[in-house]
Amino acid sequence: MTAEAPDALRVENIAKRFGSVTALQDVSLHLRKGEVLGLIGDNGAGKSTLIKIITGFHRPDAGRIYLDGEEVELKSVSQAQRLGIQTVYQDLALVNDMTVYHNMFLNKEITWRPLPLLNNRKMKHLTRRYLDDIGVSIPSIETEVAMLSGGQRQAIAVARAVYSEDARILLLDEPLAAMGAKEGAMILDLVQRLKESGGVSIILIAHNYAHVLEVCDRVNVLQHGRITYDKPAAETSVEELTELMVSEYRRARTGGGG
Amino acid sequence: MATQATAEKRPGFFPQLLEALVRRQEAGILVVSVGLILYFYLRNPAFLTQGNIQTLAQFMAATAIVASGLVMVMILGEIDLSVGQAFAFAPIVMWIAYDQLLLVLPLAVVIGLLATAAVGLVNGVMRVFFGVPSFVATLGMFFLLGGLNVILVAGFPKPAPEASWLKSALGAYPYAGIMWALVILAFMHVLLNYTRWGMHTFATGGNFIGAREAGIRVDRIRIGNFMLCSMLGGFAGILEAMRINSIDPLAGGAEIMFLAISAAVIGGTPLAGGIGTVFGAFLGALALSVLRNGFTLQGVSAFTFNVILGITVLIVMVLNVYVITRLRKGRRVT
Ligand SMILES: Nc1ncnc2c1ncn2[C@@H]1O[C@H](COP(=O)(O)OP(=O)(O)O)[C@@H](O)[C@H]1O
Ligand SMILES: [Mg+2]
Repeated sequence: MTAEAPDALRVENIAKRFGSVTALQDVSLHLRKGEVLGLIGDNGAGKSTLIKIITGFHRPDAGRIYLDGEEVELKSVSQAQRLGIQTVYQDLALVNDMTVYHNMFLNKEITWRPLPLLNNRKMKHLTRRYLDDIGVSIPSIETEVAMLSGGQRQAIAVARAVYSEDARILLLDEPLAAMGAKEGAMILDLVQRLKESGGVSIILIAHNYAHVLEVCDRVNVLQHGRITYDKPAAETSVEELTELMVSEYRRARTGGGG
Repeated sequence: MATQATAEKRPGFFPQLLEALVRRQEAGILVVSVGLILYFYLRNPAFLTQGNIQTLAQFMAATAIVASGLVMVMILGEIDLSVGQAFAFAPIVMWIAYDQLLLVLPLAVVIGLLATAAVGLVNGVMRVFFGVPSFVATLGMFFLLGGLNVILVAGFPKPAPEASWLKSALGAYPYAGIMWALVILAFMHVLLNYTRWGMHTFATGGNFIGAREAGIRVDRIRIGNFMLCSMLGGFAGILEAMRINSIDPLAGGAEIMFLAISAAVIGGTPLAGGIGTVFGAFLGALALSVLRNGFTLQGVSAFTFNVILGITVLIVMVLNVYVITRLRKGRRVT
């Protein structure tokens, strides 16, 4: 272990409460360089909260975050972005009344330097390229994203994170939720390609365990505000993960009934 | 896929025109303004004499400048009720700097504008860091400044600075106001639609959490736009003071604030957040000014003007809520 390169990301003893709700109790996990880590857990388990702590959106109540072995204090999303953390949020963070290409470059707008004016031509050009590259078709990149389907919107959010020049760590919070089988396969292919290219480490949250096992190297389960399970993907199965997730519910039911 | 959109059967000319008018409110309000101008001209040719055009331009300039700042705040889904008091505050501070502290006029003008920037800063900080809704925060500022303005000049209007090139440029020259309004329109239009600041303003107003998630510094955007709005209000006030050659603590106030909000709403900034146009607000100010001035020429009372203004604002809002949302839904691609 000690001979290996430091983890791309390591979080230790993270806790986060919202008023009386304890979203995260004591979470520690690590993400190796170039690894794809699957993170699963029930709705409300705190997966999105953990992601938002790593992106600098929420400040944790306790715990530490290390990037490449160095402790960082994330004070803002823009700071985390500068450190190479890019995210597909579960809510996608798209602005409905803005065009596809302005959403694609939200807060990464390209300007005609040194003039502070937007270089719309370049942004449109790159937006087309990114979407073509993924293989997702969007009728026009000049329409507002409000007009698009859930899958198309998700594709934009994914492309925005993935094609950031400086992405070292990608956090994908249920990026397949609204997608059809074909679009979903495109995104999984994309993750696979990113993995093969090796430059980026990825945390993927998904409820479809087959998807998770298809692209992930390792799986973590988040339950009761802690990581309760950590295994290489090769050593587990859809059945085992399903069993793990429902067993507690079964126990509670039979326990209560008996 | 791009071919699919163009391959769709094109709608006829009139449906297209109608849709353009509804979708792009600037186009609609432009048509209305031109129609109003024609109507008043036909009723009374005096409407388009040079003297009246000058009056119209002067009245419109102040409303348009105030409205262009309000658009930024309204895109954020916020409001600034105090902007009409900033309108009176800037020339008063300028007068103190010029007449009491004996500073040169350019410096006095800058100080007047900085004072309104501070007003906007307080508005923004109240909203952002204390979580006070902007309606309430700027209502407080409305009364605070309204009182302060009168106290600062001990209750009486003060004379404007003596004649100079700067005074002419800042409003004493009859067309200075409208020229400034056009320059500010161009500047604000570019700021809103062709800069990162503008994009971030739309994003913050359209999806606040999403904008934060994307790393946009939403606090800075909100506070900055409150400051911009106050400063534009103050600048319009300085132009007005130079024009009427008097520094009046009761200038501006609620009237110009409400007119400017109306101009913005009519022009296509519905205060719902995420949507707005400076150009539309300018045309809204034009339409309102034409209507008001035309009525005055015809001897129709200000109360009738108010009734019509009220009906217009209501109709525009209903159009906004129903027609536009329906159009959008109808066009949604699945
Ligand atoms: N901003 C918030 N304010 C209050 N409670 C929140 C907030 N965000 C999440 N929560 C709560 O924290 C818990 C974890 O939520 P979340 O992280 O979204 O779970 P998951 O993504 O695993 O479904 C839930 O009980 C949720 O209601
Ligand atoms: Mg979630």
